[in-house]
Formats: sequence, C-alpha cells, structure tokens
Amino acid sequence: MGRYIFNRLLWMILILITTAFVVFTLMYLVPGDPAKSLLGPDASYEVLQIKRHELGVDRPYIIQLADFLYKTFIRFDLGTSWKFGTPIVKDMAERLPRTLAIGVPAVVLSAILGTVLGIYAAINKGNWQDSTTMVLSMVLISIPDFWVALMFILLFSAKLGWLPAYGIGSVSHYILPIICLSLFGVAINARQGRSAMLETIRAEFVVTARAKGQRENVVVRKHMLPNALMPIITGVAGGLAMIVAGSPIMETVFSIPGIGQYMLVGINGHDAPIVRACVMFFALFTTIVILIMDLCYAFLDPRIKAQYSRRRR
Amino acid sequence: MLNAKSENQPKSSLLGDFLGRLMKTAAAKIGVVLLVFIVLACFIGPLLSPYEKNSIELTNMFARPSAEHWFGCDALGRDILTRLLYGGRYSLILGLTTAAISSIVAILIGCSAGYFGGATETLIMRFMDVWSSLPAMLLAIMVSAVLGAGFFATVFALTVGGIAGGVRMTRGQILAERKKEYIEAAESINCSKLSIMFKHLLPNVVQPMIIIATMSIGATIMMAAGLSYIGLGIQPPTPEWGAMLADGRAYIRLYPHMITFPGIAIALTVLAVNLIGDGLRDVLDPKLRD
Repeated sequence: MGRYIFNRLLWMILILITTAFVVFTLMYLVPGDPAKSLLGPDASYEVLQIKRHELGVDRPYIIQLADFLYKTFIRFDLGTSWKFGTPIVKDMAERLPRTLAIGVPAVVLSAILGTVLGIYAAINKGNWQDSTTMVLSMVLISIPDFWVALMFILLFSAKLGWLPAYGIGSVSHYILPIICLSLFGVAINARQGRSAMLETIRAEFVVTARAKGQRENVVVRKHMLPNALMPIITGVAGGLAMIVAGSPIMETVFSIPGIGQYMLVGINGHDAPIVRACVMFFALFTTIVILIMDLCYAFLDPRIKAQYSRRRR
Repeated sequence: MLNAKSENQPKSSLLGDFLGRLMKTAAAKIGVVLLVFIVLACFIGPLLSPYEKNSIELTNMFARPSAEHWFGCDALGRDILTRLLYGGRYSLILGLTTAAISSIVAILIGCSAGYFGGATETLIMRFMDVWSSLPAMLLAIMVSAVLGAGFFATVFALTVGGIAGGVRMTRGQILAERKKEYIEAAESINCSKLSIMFKHLLPNVVQPMIIIATMSIGATIMMAAGLSYIGLGIQPPTPEWGAMLADGRAYIRLYPHMITFPGIAIALTVLAVNLIGDGLRDVLDPKLRD
C-alpha cells in the first residue's frame, strides 16, 4: 500500500508539472501586449519597454517557462499580479475560504442528499417514489445552475426579501450559492446511487444473503451498501471537481470574491500570473481529490489494490 | 437523433426497429418531440417573426411580454423571442458540432491506444490523465481566453474538454473486445492491423460513443451558455442564450422577463437532448437497462 501511495504521489507531481507547462504556454499565447494593456495606448516605447522588462515578458519563452516552473515548484511562489502588484498567494489565501465555504457544504449536501435519494429510488423501483426522483433529477441535470441561481435571487431576494442577493458578509450570503451549487450534484449522485444500488440488488451475493434468511435491513446495510459505495465515491469526487469548474460562474452570479472569480479577473485583465496561479491551484485541488478517490477505491476493493501492486512492480 | 441515424448507417435494416424501440420509452418520446419542436422553431421561427434579431427600437425598451412581443423586449428594445430563436441555432449547432468533433477525435485516439497497446497506449493514457486533471469548463475558459470570441473558437474551446473522457471509454471498450475470439480469428487469417481496428473493433465503440456524444450535447449547450455568461465564448450582439442572461442580470429586480425566457430555452433544449440520450442508452446498451 505504501508503494502504491508513493507511486501515485509521484504521478501527481508529474501531472502538475505538465499542467503548469500547458497553462504557461496557453497564457503565453494569449494575444495582446500586457505592458500596453496596463499602461494604456498612449505610453511611449521606452516606458513600455521598461514595463515589459519589469514584468519579465521581454525574455524568451523558454526562460520565462523555466522561471515559472522554478518559482512554482521549488520556491512555491506564485508571483505577483501584473495589474495590482500584490503577491498572488496572499490574494488567494484571502479568497480561498470563501470558495471553500460554498464548495465544501455543497459537496457534502449533494453527496448525502443525492445518495439517499438514489437509494430510496432504487429500493422503491418502479413505484411513484422512484419515478418522481428520476424525473426530478433529470430536470435538475438539464437546468443550468447559474440560471437557477438567478431565479433563486429573483424569488428569495427580490420578491421575498429573505436572503441577500450577492456579496459576502454574513452566513446568510452563503445559503443561496451553496444550494445552487449543490443541485446538479444532488441529481448526478441520485442517478449514480440508484443505478449502483440496482446493480447490487440483482447481484448473486444479495440473493444468497436473502436466501439464508438475513433480515432485509442487514442485507441493505451490510451487503448492498459497500458495493454501491464505489460509484458514489466517484460521484463525490466528480462533485468536488464540479465545484472547481463551477466556481467561476457561480461566484460571478453571486458576486463572491473567491478563487474562481479571481481567475476571471485575471482573464479579463490579461493578468497572466493570476490565471496561471488559479489554474495551478485548481489542478492541485483536482489531483488531490482524484488521489483520495483512488485510495478509497483501493481501500474498499482489494482487487484494485492487488491489480495495482502487480502492475507497478 | 440525426447523429444516431448517420452513424448507424451500415445496419439500416435495424434502424426502423431501433427507432421503434427508442420511441417506446415515454421519456425518449417526450425528448424527441421536444427537440423536433425546438429545432423547427429555431430554424423556421425567425423567418416568420416580424422582428429582426438586432433591430433596436428604443420605444420598446424593457417592454414586458405582450401580444406584439410575446416574450417582451430587452434593454435595447429588441424582441426577445426572435433573439431566442436565433440564439437557439447557435446553441444547437454548437452542441452538435462539438459533440461530433470530440467523439471522432476521441475514437481515433482511443482506438490507437487500445489497439496498439504497449508504450503507445501508456503514453496516450497518461497524457489523458493529465488532460482530465482539469475540468472541462476550466479548459474551455482558458482556451477561449487564448482564442478570443467567435463561433469556431468556442467550438474548439468546448471540444477540448470532452475528448479525454471519450478516449477512456473507447480504450476500455477496445480492451474488452481485443481479448475476444473473433479478433484472434481475424489475426490468424492475416487481417491487417488497420482492418482489424476499423472493421472489427470500431463498431463496438460506436454505440457507447453515440450515447456519450448525445449526453455531451446537453452539457456542451450549458457550458457554452456559461461561457458567454461570464463574457467569453460567443459575444454580443450575437443573440446567444448565455449572453442574453448576462444582459438581463443587471435588471433582475425590475424586468425579470429578460432572464426568465433564455433560461427556460436552455433548460428545455438540454432536457430534450438528455431525455433522448437516456433513451438511447436504454435501447443501445441493454446491460444498463434497469
């Protein structure tokens, strides 16, 4: 197991380095001159040249890339913003709690609610509970979450005045974003959970357990749930990745200054260091989630562990 | 639907049977009817509409829904229904092209990985791991930042995110098939590698890929709307659904009709495609049928 984790960590670092390379190159290719967009069109050539040198964008691609990789991976320094001149790590540390305050509760909510709904539907397969849950989750998957957010703002903020529409400040500011961000995950997890559960319902070991006269709730809890857990873990991991993907839009809708919105600030302001730092953070987050997911798989399913240790050796 | 038809061409004798089975599920039936309605509305509707998509009528600024303007007008007095119908063309074409391109590319890469095996396979799959370590939406945001606004830039940005998943599926499917006896038989009668790949392995991938592609159309339409909502992707004054939502955001308290209708349009379209995708999965992949 130790060897497996070590291999996976090594692999993770490789993924991050490759991502860094891709992100750097993509942002390098963004058209436009950063010095010009910072100083305006009237700046003289000399001033622009000085600014370019200051930003380090007058160096050749390879040097800039090496510098970026060195700073990111050896010194853990994400650089300073071109526009604001502030250290990005500091800005991100300030914004991260807000992104997490929306994201983590949303994932927990969608995992619990979704799984429970899915299992409930599977147990009542063919009944109205099942079809209601499935219709509901189908509808939830099809509605864009940022539009749901807009509609919720319309209903709960503009019409009813129960909750604030945007910004941060109090706990109540986070209620709508959390709910809106979790809806898609609830639907996905409900569908996943249902089909995973249905698959195990038909499994032979469940038939055996029933045949030997095991009580129904023990069959569900001990035999079916652990086997149904794998796709559910996938669902949760996917949900965490969804947060990363969804945060730019959701934070824009609710005007929450989080990491996702920070990335958009970087993109709209042609502030490459910000974009690179945010993407690196998102990549780190996703790879950690995937690592944990794989470890859970290996822990739950001895077959996977065995397979890995055989292949890697 | 169109997708399924064209890609299923070789077994056209089965097509009628297949469509019959698809239409038996209530959900797929609703999906097909809804989608046909949306497609007809988007491609014929604008011809019947008395309004132009970008004609500005300041007397109608923020007009609420009425007999003349069914869905009301936006901040520049443009008819929202007309713009929605035009926007639908973009969304539908965007969704279809993106799904088609990314599944074809994914099949090609996945087939090469799955068939050739060995170092090629490891290399490709490792590369896919890296690729999918960033969610599709993030990749799309970055790529459209690089490429700028525009239809083809958006298609490319959205395509990039969808490939890695398709490659995984293709390769998994081929791994399972590669061990089967008919491949051994084909090898033993000296079939070339290429013909084994295209004649024997590829057909196994097509069906699951149609399902994935159909499902991805819905996701793509949503991502496209999301992109233009945050100011990337297709830009105003092109009537794009996400951009229309972004336009209406500022007037949410006073003129909610500006954000209500574009959202409903997105939701209905995605719902139609997803229902069809679900139905396709049930019909094409009996293993997954409950």
